[in-house]
Amino acid sequence: MKRVIALAAALLVAMTACGQAEAEPQAAPQAVQRIVPLTGDIAEIVWALGLGDQVVGVDTSALYPAQAAAKEPKIGYQRQLAAEGILSLQPTIVIGTPEAGPAEVITQIKQAGIRTEIVALPTTVDDVAQRIKTVAGLLGVSAEGDQLAAKVAKEIADAKGTSSPTRVAFLYVRGAGTAMIGGTGTRASAMIAATGFVDAGATSGVQGYKTITAEALAAAKPDVLVLLDAGLESIGGVDGVLKLPGVAQTPAGAAKKIVSLEDTYLLNLGPRTGSALKDLRAKVSG
Amino acid sequence: MRRALLVPVLTALLVVAIVVNLGAGAVQIGPLQVVDILFGTGLGEPAAAGQSAVLLQIRAPRVALCALTGACLAVSGAALQGVFRNPLADPGIIGVTSGAAVGAAASIVIGLSTFGGATAGLAAFAGGLAAAAVGYFAARHQGRTEVVTLVLTGVAVSAIAGAAVGVFIYLADDNELRTLIFWTMGSLGTATWPGVKAVAPLLILSTVALPFFARGLNALVLGEREARHLGFHPERLRIGVIVLAALGTGAAVSLTGAIGFVGLVIPHLIRLIAGPDHRLLLPASAIGGAALLLAADLISRTAVAPAEMPVGVITALIGGPFFLLLLIRSRRLSGGWA
Repeated sequence: MKRVIALAAALLVAMTACGQAEAEPQAAPQAVQRIVPLTGDIAEIVWALGLGDQVVGVDTSALYPAQAAAKEPKIGYQRQLAAEGILSLQPTIVIGTPEAGPAEVITQIKQAGIRTEIVALPTTVDDVAQRIKTVAGLLGVSAEGDQLAAKVAKEIADAKGTSSPTRVAFLYVRGAGTAMIGGTGTRASAMIAATGFVDAGATSGVQGYKTITAEALAAAKPDVLVLLDAGLESIGGVDGVLKLPGVAQTPAGAAKKIVSLEDTYLLNLGPRTGSALKDLRAKVSG
Repeated sequence: MRRALLVPVLTALLVVAIVVNLGAGAVQIGPLQVVDILFGTGLGEPAAAGQSAVLLQIRAPRVALCALTGACLAVSGAALQGVFRNPLADPGIIGVTSGAAVGAAASIVIGLSTFGGATAGLAAFAGGLAAAAVGYFAARHQGRTEVVTLVLTGVAVSAIAGAAVGVFIYLADDNELRTLIFWTMGSLGTATWPGVKAVAPLLILSTVALPFFARGLNALVLGEREARHLGFHPERLRIGVIVLAALGTGAAVSLTGAIGFVGLVIPHLIRLIAGPDHRLLLPASAIGGAALLLAADLISRTAVAPAEMPVGVITALIGGPFFLLLLIRSRRLSGGWA
C-alpha cells in the first residue's frame, strides 16, 4: 500500500513537472514572434515575408511554400480549429481570415489573451497588395511588406490582360461525383476577370459554386475550361472531364480546350498571383 | 451486488473522467496546478496566466457541457426506449435530432444572424422541438397516441427532415457546406460559458426529471392496459417523457451538433449490467452517459493534438463496434435481444 502511495506521489510530481516544462517557452525573447497563421493563404504571405521560421503551427490548408506544407504541428483545418491546441503552441499572434473558425473558437483564443487578427478576404486581384501590407504591418515588418506588395502589384499589373471575348469557365472537380462550376464571388472568377477573359460561369448567372448540369454548362458556352491540377487528376485527366455531363457539347469540349493550374497557385490570391495570372492567360490563349 | 455497486462505481468513474478532462489536453496543466487554479490554494508552482485562461475559459465550460450533454442524451435514450418499448429508440426517434439539423442547416445556408453567434444554435433548438411536435401530433388520435404510429411518424418526420437538409446542402456554397458537414459530426469545441449557461437549465431539467418516470415506465413494460390498472396514465407518461427528452436533446444538439450513439448504447450497457428496472437504469444511464462522453471528448481532444477529431466520430467509432459485439454476444447467450 505504501508503495502505491509513493508511486502515486511520484507520478503526481512528475506530471506537475511536465506541466512546468511545457510552460517554459513563454519566457522566450520578445523580438522573436510565435506566429500561427490560421489559413493557408495567410501562411503563404507570412513565408513570403521571410517569417516562416517564426511560425509555430499551420492549418492543413497551408500547402505553399513546401516549408509550410511540411511544418508541424498542424492545428487542423481552417474551418474546424480547436482553441486549446492553438493556445498550446503559445503563439504571440494568430492571423486568420473570416474563413477561419468556428467563430466561438476565435473568441476563445481572443479571451485567452492572445493577439488575434482577422484579415479581410480578397475579392479582386487588386486587393492582394493591400493584403500583403496589412499582414506585414501586423507582424511588424512593414518595410518588407511594402517592398513585397510593390513587387507583387507590378507583377499583377503586368500580367493583367486586355479584354477578350473568350469565355472561360472554372470547374471545381473532385472525382466523378463532385463537379461544380464557379461563378460570381469566387476567387477563380476574380482571376478570370483579371486576365480579361469572360467568366462563362458568372455571366450565365452562377453565384458561388454550383453543381454542374448539362444544361447549365451548355448555357455557359465556355470556350476553355480551367480546373485545378488535383481536380483534373481526380477525374482521370482530360478524357475524364469530357465524360462529365454536357462538357462534350460545349465549344471547350469540342476543341478539348481543358487546362489546369495548381490549387493554391490559382486560388490563394497572394504573392504568386501575378505569375499565376500570366500562366492562366498563356494556358487559355495557347 | 452488481446492482448495488453500479451507481457508486459509475459516479467514481465520472469524477475521474472530470478530473482527467480538466487536466489533460494540448496545453499541459499538472494536477496540482488544476487544483490551484480552481481553488486558489497556492499549491504547486504558480500557474502561468495562459494556463488558467485555458482551464477556466476553454476546458471548464467544455467539461460541463460534455457531462451534461452525455447525461441528458443517455437518460433521454433510456426513457424513450421504455416509453416506446423498443430497444432501438434513442433521442433521434422522435425526430428531434433531424429537426435540429434542418434548423442548423437553414440558418447556416440562408446566412441568418438575427441572434448573432447563437443563431444556428437557436435555429437548431427550434427545429428539433418543431419536428418532435409534428411527429407527436401527427401520431395523436382522439387524445391518445399509439406506440407504433409514434415510431413511424418519427421515421417519416426524420425522412422529411433529411430531404430538407438535402435541399440546403444543394443550395450551400463550398464554405457553408463544410460548416454544415462539421455540424453533423458534432463537436464540443465551441463550448463557452454563456452558451453552456444558456442550455444548462434545460439539460439539468430533463436529466433530473426523467428518472421520476421510472415507476411508470416499469409498469408500462407489462403493457399499456396493465399500466393503467396499476394506476399510471400511459398517455401522460408518454407526453412527459417525449417533452422532456425533446427539450434536453434539442438544447444539447443546438450547441454540440449531432452526437450519435450515446443515447442508444449507454442504456443498453447499463441494462446488461443492472437489468431492466428503470429506477436504477435511468439515473445510472445519466451518470454513465456523462462519463462516456467525457472519455470520448478526451480522445477527440488529445488524439491528433493540437488539432481535434469530431467527437461524434469517436462516439460512433467506439460505440458502433461495441454495440455490435454486445448484440452478437447476447444473441449467442439468449438467442435474441432482451
